[in-house]
Amino acid sequence: MAFPADYKYTKEHEWLKSDGKTATIGITSYAQDSLGDIVFVELPKVGAELSAGKTFGSVESVKAVSDLYAPASGTVTEVNGELATAPEKINKDAHSAWMIRIALKNPGDLNSLLSAADYEKFVAEEGGH
Amino acid sequence: MVDFNGWDMPVEYPSSGGIIAEHMAVRTGVGIFDVSHMGDIRLAGSEALAAVQHISMNDASRLAIGQAQYSALLYPQGTFVDDVIVHRLGEQEYLLVINAGTREKDFSWVRDNTRQFNCEVENLSDEFTQIAIQGPKGVDLLSKLTDADLRSVKFYWVTRGTVSGLRDILIARTGYTAEDGFEIYVPSDDQTSARVWNEVLAVGKEFGAVPCGLGARNTLRLEGKLPLYGHEISDTINVWEAGLDRFCKMEKPEFIGREALENARAGKVERTLVGLEMVDRGIARDGYRILNTEGQQIGYVTSGSYAPFLKKNIALAYVPPEFSALGTELLVEIRNQGVKAKVVPTPFYKKPKKN
Repeated sequence: MAFPADYKYTKEHEWLKSDGKTATIGITSYAQDSLGDIVFVELPKVGAELSAGKTFGSVESVKAVSDLYAPASGTVTEVNGELATAPEKINKDAHSAWMIRIALKNPGDLNSLLSAADYEKFVAEEGGH
Repeated sequence: MVDFNGWDMPVEYPSSGGIIAEHMAVRTGVGIFDVSHMGDIRLAGSEALAAVQHISMNDASRLAIGQAQYSALLYPQGTFVDDVIVHRLGEQEYLLVINAGTREKDFSWVRDNTRQFNCEVENLSDEFTQIAIQGPKGVDLLSKLTDADLRSVKFYWVTRGTVSGLRDILIARTGYTAEDGFEIYVPSDDQTSARVWNEVLAVGKEFGAVPCGLGARNTLRLEGKLPLYGHEISDTINVWEAGLDRFCKMEKPEFIGREALENARAGKVERTLVGLEMVDRGIARDGYRILNTEGQQIGYVTSGSYAPFLKKNIALAYVPPEFSALGTELLVEIRNQGVKAKVVPTPFYKKPKKN
């Protein structure tokens, strides 16, 4: 699986792409593959406050419900409304089907996230269990 | 793979395209299920019918040789040991097809409660590999592998024939998908099972057949409101609550559970199984609480999912009868929020009638 090198990742399988001030967040192709057919996404509203490591929404496939964890703290500035009616876009291309955009509260949060190489290593180990 | 009552079983086959693709294949074409985990109990002897009548709620005396019926084994309280399909294979021979999770319990129950009859009880669960070929094109697929005249076999009847070169194979027009289809019972040795499975898949290619896992099996049966043990039926839920009245023949003078059901019918049931469709966004899942519009808990979800064919979020739930009228608005508690749902007619899906 190819994970974009300019994204950061969490062990809960979210990805984050940042310019240092704002960040775009979604779930990884590994996550969508484990979940299977995604049929429902619940996301926060614009203006909602996220705190790093806490849940900010959920994603459901036919077979499972999974919480979404904030990779970083911040305020939601934009929500991908398209996913409400077409959640299968995440299955088709998880790394471009973004969920939310936030204004980062502490850009330093990004330092604790995984690089693409580290994340790839992490899922290889997790998948092997 | 997931552990399903001790069986290693796939939830879905990635090569098939996942649960939704598998589900749609069964509704519109054909899907293949390895259902070897199902158990089989054979009863044979001069009092086999009396034994079957004693332990099951439907009326097996109505079965012609080669005919099958949906039924259940009940506890004296009128609750469920398991639901079963009773096949009449011969003049004095019956086959009960039972669930994986309850195999040992069922067999002990049947054996212990038929001792007074002149009837042999055999656990054949390990003798057969059961393969289900489900969907409108199932008949075309299986016809390529057998000499049996499948089109003359009606729904819930069985026949025997040569399948993949194996003689005298039991072929039943039954299933757990609310769709037309067949279940075949082949010898369980690995080599034979694998060969037949592969041949069914190979022959199925031209019909677009895909292997299907437990995930699609669950969504298919849910659309058809077919009960699952431990969900819609259990040892604490009785026949009236589950709404399986039409398979329970109270005109039979005696069967285990009858007396309790007679008494229960005099009173009123405290809960009843209803079909729900989500009105607002959200998916009801097994075990979620059902609330009235004031927010008080009145019941719970037994099974809930996105329904791939209907493209709706549906659920089965137990609620008090006063909340069971069609159109009644209820709330499903999803992550601490009441999400609007309404009572709808069931089954959610019915297979189209043949012209």
